[in-house]
Amino acid sequence: MENSAAVPVLSIQNVGKAYGENWVLSDISIDIMPGEIHAICGENGAGKSTLMNILFGMPVIAQTGGYIGKILVEGQACSITSPEQAIAKGIGMVHQEFMLIPGFTSGENIKLNREPLSANPVSRVLGGALKTVDFLKISQQSQATLDKLGVSLDESRMVDSLPVGYMQFVEIAREIDKENIKLLILDEPTAVLTESEAEIVLQIVKRLSSIGIAVLLITHRINDIMEVADTVTILRDGKNVKSIPVSQTTPGEIAQMMVGRELDLGSIQKRQEPLSGEVVLSLRDFSVDMSGERVKGIDLDVYRGEILGIGGLAGQGKIGIANGIMGIYPTRGTATVSGVPLKLNSPKDSINAKLAFVSEDRRRMGFAPDLTIAENIAAPTMINHNRFFRKVLFFEQLNQKAIDEVAEDYIQEFQIKCTGPNQRVGTLSGGNQQKVCVASALMLEPDILLVSEPTRGIDVGAKNMVLNTITKINREKGVTVIFTSSELAELRQVCDRIAIVSDGKIVDILPADADSETIGLAMSGDRR
Amino acid sequence: MKKTKRFLISNAVPILFGVLCIIGIYLSGTPISTILSDLVNRFDRNILLVLSLIIPATCGLGMNFGIVLGAMCGQVGLVIVTILNMSGISALLLAALIAMAAAILCGFLAGKILNRTKGQEMITSMIVGYFSNGIYQFIFLFVIGGIIKVEHDILLTGGIGIKNTIALDNMQYGLDNLSVFGMNTRVDLFTGIIFFSIFFAVMFLIGALIHRQFTKKLVVQLVVCGSLAAASSVMTKMPRFLVAKTLIRIPIPTFLLIALVCFLMQKFMKTKLGQDMRAVGHDREVAGASGIKVDQVRIISVIISTVLAAWGQIIFYQNLGTMDAYYGHEKVGTFCVAAILIGGASVKRATIGQAILGTILFHLLYTVSPLASQQLFSSSMVGGYFRMTLCYAVIAIALVLHVWESQSKDRELH
Repeated sequence: MENSAAVPVLSIQNVGKAYGENWVLSDISIDIMPGEIHAICGENGAGKSTLMNILFGMPVIAQTGGYIGKILVEGQACSITSPEQAIAKGIGMVHQEFMLIPGFTSGENIKLNREPLSANPVSRVLGGALKTVDFLKISQQSQATLDKLGVSLDESRMVDSLPVGYMQFVEIAREIDKENIKLLILDEPTAVLTESEAEIVLQIVKRLSSIGIAVLLITHRINDIMEVADTVTILRDGKNVKSIPVSQTTPGEIAQMMVGRELDLGSIQKRQEPLSGEVVLSLRDFSVDMSGERVKGIDLDVYRGEILGIGGLAGQGKIGIANGIMGIYPTRGTATVSGVPLKLNSPKDSINAKLAFVSEDRRRMGFAPDLTIAENIAAPTMINHNRFFRKVLFFEQLNQKAIDEVAEDYIQEFQIKCTGPNQRVGTLSGGNQQKVCVASALMLEPDILLVSEPTRGIDVGAKNMVLNTITKINREKGVTVIFTSSELAELRQVCDRIAIVSDGKIVDILPADADSETIGLAMSGDRR
Repeated sequence: MKKTKRFLISNAVPILFGVLCIIGIYLSGTPISTILSDLVNRFDRNILLVLSLIIPATCGLGMNFGIVLGAMCGQVGLVIVTILNMSGISALLLAALIAMAAAILCGFLAGKILNRTKGQEMITSMIVGYFSNGIYQFIFLFVIGGIIKVEHDILLTGGIGIKNTIALDNMQYGLDNLSVFGMNTRVDLFTGIIFFSIFFAVMFLIGALIHRQFTKKLVVQLVVCGSLAAASSVMTKMPRFLVAKTLIRIPIPTFLLIALVCFLMQKFMKTKLGQDMRAVGHDREVAGASGIKVDQVRIISVIISTVLAAWGQIIFYQNLGTMDAYYGHEKVGTFCVAAILIGGASVKRATIGQAILGTILFHLLYTVSPLASQQLFSSSMVGGYFRMTLCYAVIAIALVLHVWESQSKDRELH
């Protein structure tokens, strides 16, 4: 018999996963010892969630062709194909979105589908499903588990009346309550918590480790890693950059490994002549109530003719800024366009102030899939500027010829791959759809173009085209661009300045050539 | 003050209809005992049908308009025992057995369909009801007599299909007035009150003995039961209550059966299956992720609901005494949903108390509204029209009020 302390509770060996042709994970190897706190960090899209889905046997993995490589639980090779199997192997998971029944008490949630039961006369005849639930035992046992975590929470509290942090505690308690739990996976456990709640979660993590439960902590908060983790593994572009004991590294080094890369995006020429320095858009105490992307009172000045990048991690509020300026989500504060105050919460006023928006939500807000390219490009202008109409007696009629001509021009200019201006936009590829969106925004002849996540969900070649198009508009037409993106490499390629958003606030505005460490630290909320 | 406001808001629907009932009773100019006698009968007929809506609502299926299926199964049972020339309680028991078998099958199929249309259960169950009505009519208009040869006078004169109206004379009050050692059990108002006061007092006492908990609540319960019994035994001798005494009949066996169903339903909600149903009702995804077999639980809830509705329909007709073979079940879904909504239930949550209160209020309004309009407009046509409109108006108003109510609760939270 081997010494059990030497056998990793979980050993991931050369695991890889492809969605179609696209390898999102390749050659990942990680060992986790009993009681170890192992952090996994990486940017959005680095492959963290895919790895977790594999470990927890989520159906999406099997449905898309499974994975390659080996996973060993306590030294034994196994293939986990469903969450039930993972649970049976002693793996527990706390998902990023809470999996709690809102109308149940904390205790009922902790014991969900594992309720202590007692037999009654009917159940002896008709079977186990009619056994009586022992609510007294539920409250006793779940309270004991909560106490074990060191949280002062009454198990009889209804879950929907709890603050978010406490829901997190209930989630952890439910996993711990399972008898054979050996490894707990926590997916971004502190992302939505306040400082003090996050502190308690970290204390719980330490406590779990001290009673021999290994913890796999997925997080982008470098501070959390430094505080509790024993080992940290950094993922980037689906590859294992490095696994290193936390004591042998620094926050700066982690940040650099997380984002440090230059993406080859072809030639985008750097700006030659300096900017005018004239403020074209200015935000003061600007708040946007967009759920999941809240902006909490920012001040921001945008200069005429620049490309301003807005970066940051998902859920921190960068998406909210452009949506707020365009009046799509409820907004407070003041915004001034070229010295004129902008009426907030009114998309029409924003468009009249010569702003145009390419939304991050391309499918829902960007275009009408069943209309043709020409109709999509012309529609915003028809509605807002009353163009493309001609008078026939007393009626206004569409000037189809003019619309088609304009569409032809843009198809030429942006190299939209299509059969002609009358192809339906729904049948185009993602990159070409995005170009149609940009074209229809440009038809409004804006002074300021707001572009959010234009390269999301499109392939690398198309990315290049879209980015080139945006730069070209800026350079040739002098349009000021506010460019929001999750991809740091893109921002650094295209922008003059990059504003980094964290927790709804602008942490810092950095030049595009700032080093990776500074940007990485800013993204995790640390001011320079 | 805030407490009062919250009480008013969260009980807006029953309060509104309670007030309407009082106005209706006042305007109708009909003696209370006449109204009460009608109400007891209607309550007796409908309560089990309304109760059958609770479990699917708890399970997140919304209002199960598909109880029409159950009602049809009940009628199938009644037709068969009529053809067999049975009578009395044995006929009703056999009808209940046949209806249960049919209802389990129908409930299973309906549950399968509802599982494929998650999120649109209410409209689906309504359409399933309409559709199966077609099959039902096909069976009773063509199959019986046409394919299955039957010799009986419920058949139409041509010998194919059954008559529209079927007399159930030899089963009427078979359960309501079940003869126990030769005694009548459908008794006058005061005897009924005395019986149930003593019955509940004994039940409360037994409950307290089992759990060894003697609380203040128990004392209050016993005092209320005792004083009700005492008051009734005095009133039964007073000549001024003679009309009420002779007019209002309490069917003790049926009411006992209903009490038993309520009791079992409460116990059922505390079993593992019941707990799973609550979990599924609150959040299907989370329940599924924790390993609860969501689809299976939903099917079981539809089956239970359909079986209860089938029995409810049998109780309905043993009280009424004549069965409307082709239209009797059609409106069951809408009427029962209207009743439970008036009681303060929502499409997401319904309790036994709401079912009882709702049945009383709905049928009170249903009884008095034509009488009131007769008085106001001196036309019985208006009364009939008024009654039909009422039912649909009730559902619409109750649904709107519930949205308003949950919105104002949300506002309070934020």
